Amino acid sequence: MNAPLRRSGVVLFVLFGLIFANLNWIQAYKADEYRTHPWNGRVKVAEYERPRGVIEAGGNALAQSKATDDTLKYLRVYPKKEIYAPVLGYKPVNLGSVGIEESENDFLSGESDKLIGDRITDMFTGEKTGGGNVLLSLNTAAQEVAWKQMINNERGAKKGAAVAIDPRTGAIQALVSMPSYDPNQLVTHDKNAAASAYKKLNADKDQPMLNRALSQTLPPGSTFKVIVSAAALQSGYDVDTEIPAGSVYREGGATIRNSEEEVCPGGEVTLKEALTESCNTGYAKLGVKLGADKVKETAKAFGFEESDLRIGNLESHDGLSVAASHTGDIANPDGSTDKSALAQSSIGQRDVRMTPMQGALIAATVANGGDQMRPYLVQKLLSSERRTIYTASPQKKSSPIDSAVAGKLKEMMISVVENGTGKKAQTDGLTVGGKTGTAQNAEGADPHGWFIGFAFNDKGDPVSAVCVMLENVSGGHASAEAARIAGLIMKAAAGGGGK
Amino acid sequence: MSRIPGLKTRRNAELGLLAFAMALVAAFGATVEANKYDQLQPNFWVPAALLSILFLGLHIVVRYVAPYADPVLLPTVALINGIGVAFLRRIDIANAINDKKGPPGIFSGIGGRQLAWTLIALILAAALLLLIRDHRNVSKYAYTLGLTGIVLMMIPAVLPGSISEVNGAKLWIKLGAFSIQPGEFAKLMLVTFFAYYLVRKREVLSLASKRFLGIDFPRGRDLGPVVTVWLFSLLVLVFEKDLGTALLYFGLFVVTLYVATERSSWLIIGLLLFFGGVYLAYLLGASVGGPFANFYDRAEIWLNPFSQANYERASGNSYQLVQGLLGLGTGGLFGTGPGAGSPLSVPEVQNDFIFAGLGEEIGLFGLSALLVCYVLIAMRGLRAAIGVRDSFGKLVAGGLSFTLGLQVFVILGGITGLIPLTGQTTPFLSSGGSSLMANWLLIAMLLRISNASRGPAVGGGGPERPGPKKAPTQLHGAMTEVIKP
Repeated sequence: MNAPLRRSGVVLFVLFGLIFANLNWIQAYKADEYRTHPWNGRVKVAEYERPRGVIEAGGNALAQSKATDDTLKYLRVYPKKEIYAPVLGYKPVNLGSVGIEESENDFLSGESDKLIGDRITDMFTGEKTGGGNVLLSLNTAAQEVAWKQMINNERGAKKGAAVAIDPRTGAIQALVSMPSYDPNQLVTHDKNAAASAYKKLNADKDQPMLNRALSQTLPPGSTFKVIVSAAALQSGYDVDTEIPAGSVYREGGATIRNSEEEVCPGGEVTLKEALTESCNTGYAKLGVKLGADKVKETAKAFGFEESDLRIGNLESHDGLSVAASHTGDIANPDGSTDKSALAQSSIGQRDVRMTPMQGALIAATVANGGDQMRPYLVQKLLSSERRTIYTASPQKKSSPIDSAVAGKLKEMMISVVENGTGKKAQTDGLTVGGKTGTAQNAEGADPHGWFIGFAFNDKGDPVSAVCVMLENVSGGHASAEAARIAGLIMKAAAGGGGK
Repeated sequence: MSRIPGLKTRRNAELGLLAFAMALVAAFGATVEANKYDQLQPNFWVPAALLSILFLGLHIVVRYVAPYADPVLLPTVALINGIGVAFLRRIDIANAINDKKGPPGIFSGIGGRQLAWTLIALILAAALLLLIRDHRNVSKYAYTLGLTGIVLMMIPAVLPGSISEVNGAKLWIKLGAFSIQPGEFAKLMLVTFFAYYLVRKREVLSLASKRFLGIDFPRGRDLGPVVTVWLFSLLVLVFEKDLGTALLYFGLFVVTLYVATERSSWLIIGLLLFFGGVYLAYLLGASVGGPFANFYDRAEIWLNPFSQANYERASGNSYQLVQGLLGLGTGGLFGTGPGAGSPLSVPEVQNDFIFAGLGEEIGLFGLSALLVCYVLIAMRGLRAAIGVRDSFGKLVAGGLSFTLGLQVFVILGGITGLIPLTGQTTPFLSSGGSSLMANWLLIAMLLRISNASRGPAVGGGGPERPGPKKAPTQLHGAMTEVIKP
């Protein structure tokens, strides 16, 4: 019976060999895949072993980690709740992260190469130094005024967005999207509660998680006239060049009227007056005169059609992505210019679509003498012991217009606020310019109210450029409320406080 | 049995190996506490010291009643048993920290209970060594043992689920806080019965055969027992919802049969019947469901554990398997170190999945060492079988060693995804008294047989034992059956 016993031993050897081979496969070959597998809860636990860095602005912590006695040692906390959510995003336990939390994740978590010194020190001290801190360019006064004014707007609009930029640098001063959400409910360590909160927000028809300032494009209405004005000024027009106007303009199948009977009823009007009064017929005719190519080209120079703009860190070109604004097709099926479409597009209707961010960039470019600065949110990166590791150095993005054209546009836009449709944006101590827009959208729906504008301080420096957009504002003059809010945001951004 | 001068007993080697094993267990416990509490608790050495005393006690018993027993068996098993206790205590510590309690007491928690079970198991092992001075005496009770074994094996199947079912498998008798798995003991009894039956039947089984397709097949009436046991194992599979146990009993029987008859046709028949049965169960599970559904689910998750659907299924999902694999992968080659992993993320890490939990912390190298320990036990057992002079001893030692090896393969193959997962304990490692007691009885039996194998032939006479020759001790009733054509 010894031979079968020996063979049984061989069988056992083979079986154990199989186990050994399989263990090698799992623990050596597949080890890295399993270690970093999304279903591996240990990855998360390790991620929460050290405190994640703080995201802050103007000396306020906007996102920080609080020690807990959970398995996950730190809980992410957003003390300002929904106000900063569109910028910060959130860093949840089981869902994907978004916003600055996502784009600066390496730095905040401490895994960035820039923090290698800290990690080496950790190896010797055995301590878990926290991740790096991100200092945002946001002006907390401007952000909070913007949020407060938006949600308490006098017209009861439920949706909208506001963006404020420092025209000289591109630093984002405020970025608000309404309605918003409380990121705290998404980062709770109770995975089921977080998942159901996410589900609920996702199903909300008002789309609170949509970043309306960056991701949503809407017809810009008359704010687009700034682009057409820039095109005209570049084509040899001047502020007081007379352009044809009138109460009605029919082109192809389109009928263009002015918003009120008393707006530019005469045959001609100066360019400056046309912008001041927001003369639709004048701009429609002007657009047709200039041609579709000129209008589209100018819009493109200001940033339309750009789909890869990201707002965050200027060094890594990473951050929150901005949807492309479009002028749309202004052509007949045979390729020739569709004049009725061109006439309607020239007043920001038809297929023209713009993000509030793009609106703010247009105003900022005008205020900054024609140079468009690349917008950014990350002002500084600080190590956990607050050593500065990176400071944003502003970059010029493009120069869509020269300084002479910019100067003329500035003069025209200031006229809009001082004498025309944008009076509500006037602010004590600041010279404010801008352009209103009341954009018709769906049949029977209330129009969207827009205002793009800028403010100069008493030294003549451009201190802020804003775009405020309110969706479906009832009761007429939709843009007036946008202008009022814009004035208050700029006042706060300029350091004037404001309520 | 008195010692023979010149014939080495190797008892001191056993003692030395035992000391080394206990040093490893103490080091494991110390590392756990260093990792979990950043410092050693004043009593970190107590579990290892208590285990040392227990194993030393068994060692002394072996020294006196089985002096020629294999010196490797006891220390190897002691090492695995000790690591098991230390790892279960490590789980208690993790739970205590989660519940914000102080360090667990030496006898509290699953680690403490395992320590207590070890004491009882060692007493049973020592009692067996003391009571049974010659393994051949066991054959007197072969039929009783066989019957008891079958009854024990079947009891949970006929009991109501409320007192026999744990995690979907009906393998238990639960009486309040106390529960035993009778199947663990049945295994030992059945091996003994098979060995006795086959020693008596071996000639009729190996000689009376018909040749078909070049293979010698036994006669139908001699096939009776194997078919009966095969059907029993299928019944176990159906009523206890446990493929592992069925595979184990069946494999055990086929191998004992093969060793007894030296005919490989038994292996072929056995394998065909087994895979046929498994495939049939799979098909039935896919179409009929019912008692086969559990098995079908397990086959499904084995084939594709990482599919989202299998992972998130409400019941019978691959969550446990996947978490075990992720734990093993996280451990990698060297492991995170005892106490530095997170075994609690694997469900049932103290039972079926203890190897995965350990694997995260001791890595591929540590697990390989453990595997080598299991191989050593099985091989030393087979060596005892080869060395022992009587057929009954050969079959008992061979059957027990092979069963132990097969059980380790079934559970480790299951948690590493090599074969479908079946609920089996990892011998000497998993938490649980029945398994520990039964397996220590198995080791005691192997020690007893290895003593006979390595020691001088009993009653064989020699220069140092003068006197009239004793008649050779016969296996009880060991007549071989005459072939009636």
